[in-house]
Amino acid sequence: MASIQITEATKSYGNTAVLHGIDLNIQDGEFIVLVGPSGCGKSTLLRMIAGLEEVTSGSISINERIINDLPPRDRDIAMVFQSYALYPHMSVEENISYAMTLRKSPKEKIASAVNGVSNILGLNGLLERRPKALSGGQRQRVAMGRAIVRDPQAFLFDEPLSNLDARLREQMRSEIRKLHRKLNATSIYVTHDQIEAMTMADRIVAMHDGYIQQVGTPLEIYDKPANVFVASFIGSPAMNFIRGTASASGEGYHLQTDQGHQIILPKSLDLKDRMDVILGVRPEHLMIVEEGPASLPATVDLIEPMGLSTLVHVRVGQDSLKIFTLDRPDIAEGTQVHVSYIKEKLHMFDARTEMRLESPV
Amino acid sequence: MAYYAKSKGQRVADWSVHYSLLACYLFFALFPLFWLFKVAVTPTKLLYSEGIRMWPSEMTWANFSQVMTDTDFPQFFINSAIVSGSTAVISTLIAAAAGYSFSRFHYRGKAVIIVLMLITQMFPLVMLIAPIFRILTPLGLTDSLLGLVVVYTAFNVPFATFLMQSFFDGIPKDLEEAAMIDGNTRFGALVKIIFPLTLPGIAATLGFVFTAAWSELLFALMLVSSPDAVTFPVGLLTFVSKFSVDFGQMMAAGFLALIPAAIFFFLIQRYLVQGLTAGAVKG
Ligand SMILES: Nc1ncnc2c1ncn2[C@@H]1O[C@H](COP(=O)(O)OP(=O)(O)OP(=O)(O)O)[C@@H](O)[C@H]1O
Ligand SMILES: [Mg+2]
Repeated sequence: MASIQITEATKSYGNTAVLHGIDLNIQDGEFIVLVGPSGCGKSTLLRMIAGLEEVTSGSISINERIINDLPPRDRDIAMVFQSYALYPHMSVEENISYAMTLRKSPKEKIASAVNGVSNILGLNGLLERRPKALSGGQRQRVAMGRAIVRDPQAFLFDEPLSNLDARLREQMRSEIRKLHRKLNATSIYVTHDQIEAMTMADRIVAMHDGYIQQVGTPLEIYDKPANVFVASFIGSPAMNFIRGTASASGEGYHLQTDQGHQIILPKSLDLKDRMDVILGVRPEHLMIVEEGPASLPATVDLIEPMGLSTLVHVRVGQDSLKIFTLDRPDIAEGTQVHVSYIKEKLHMFDARTEMRLESPV
Repeated sequence: MAYYAKSKGQRVADWSVHYSLLACYLFFALFPLFWLFKVAVTPTKLLYSEGIRMWPSEMTWANFSQVMTDTDFPQFFINSAIVSGSTAVISTLIAAAAGYSFSRFHYRGKAVIIVLMLITQMFPLVMLIAPIFRILTPLGLTDSLLGLVVVYTAFNVPFATFLMQSFFDGIPKDLEEAAMIDGNTRFGALVKIIFPLTLPGIAATLGFVFTAAWSELLFALMLVSSPDAVTFPVGLLTFVSKFSVDFGQMMAAGFLALIPAAIFFFLIQRYLVQGLTAGAVKG
């Protein structure tokens, strides 16, 4: 097992910089999820760790040993590709045992390892088949099997579930988690699905445009997003944002929204008078209420019943907000309602830097 | 194909249309070969006297035995086999290496090389005969099989390279990366994973180059004059004398010349039809 250190790693293709100074320390046995929108450099980072892509500058180490120039075969890392990349001219069994065959492991050892893996992954009836005779989910399992049979230093996953249907994805998600508990191997998992990130990660690394935006446990990232990007990317339905100006009133501040409404802000924030801010509030922290002192008038745009919950889209002035509720509100689209919020759950961001505004220390 | 949803009559109709079209095509493609064979087995005395008939009233193998015993054809034949076989193997090796590099690597000058290779394909070959003759003479490569192999290889490599490149492009890069992570070197991944998957491509390229060299006439005619190095397309011309054409023997020789090509394609057809990469990726 291994710890992985990435220090000021950058990647450029010619003059195009794709990754800018990535710093990340991964503990032995940790399950790290790299998450971010398409094109942010997740695969590139993963492939640099695997040795498939050169490191332009900076370093990548495994167990404190710099491996920048080590070819992939000497890194003892296994990778599951989004396309699965099964060898089409080999049977499932040969696919799984290929790495061990290359390392000239003894026959009995290979046989028992393949046997063990196929028991874990339920591949027993399929060992003789070629990949083209397998379903998508079965191929995915074979790809997993090929990785775990080697008992490597670390596992890399590049969106391994994105080709599966929703049901299967949910099932594999928990199976990969269970497998990780059992093997306890250092894993780096790339996805742009924030539900996968939330449910699977020990720590999430949120990336955007080649920069790491925030590193933290799923709940840290959810509860204290470091900036507007992370706040909007993590969470589904996504956070609502309202732009406005902070103005001093009495002891604290309130938000003068661009739409002319006033929202009272928590006292502890590090605000200045007349500062442009962005207020973020998660859909579950908004509710529909009777008119009151802190409520905002709103028009109902759309009601989306989802069985378990209901998502109500409303407009406050020009700002569209989504409200998540477990109730089934008895209101019609187009009617006037009032919306309130949980004051302690508001997130404030500096409108200029888009960084989170925290309480002064 | 949703055959299960069709009635029996519908299926029979589909089947007949399918096979009649195939039959039309086969007839069109094979009729000249049939005619070749028919003339070859027609006794010379009947060739002009009987008029046009689908089959002569009398059949003979005399033309074949004369070609084999009384002419230099066996020698031409061996020459052609040596030239075409060597050209096919050498061109395919070079084309496979070049095609792999075009498909997988980025390097300075790649675009220039590709354009140059395209340009070589634009000239009518006739234009090049004189310069090539001038180049080969001092090297002692005229009048030799080696000279033909060199020239044919030079002409076939560009197209063969593009052919091989397209086959390599069809094999996902992920496969060799997975093989490298599994413990191969890049070369090991090429040999153990990519090569077996490229067999159809290699077979197609071999076949293409082999046929091109097997039937090449222009350069063979211009570069070779001594009978030792004559290939069979040139040899066919020896049946044309000043006063007559010996059609029977010419057709017999031509028919014999088809045999190696037929054997060659019979050997490689298994690889030509296989879609080996199926199932590599999500599909
Ligand atoms: N060979 C290359 N040359 C130039 N740019 C490249 C090359 N490969 C990748 N890039 C660029 O690097 C950036 C990061 O790509 P990468 O594949 O890492 O994105 P990603 O985060 O994995 O996205 P996705 O979620 O779509 O897989 C992209 O903007 C891409 O255009
Ligand atoms: Mg990617």
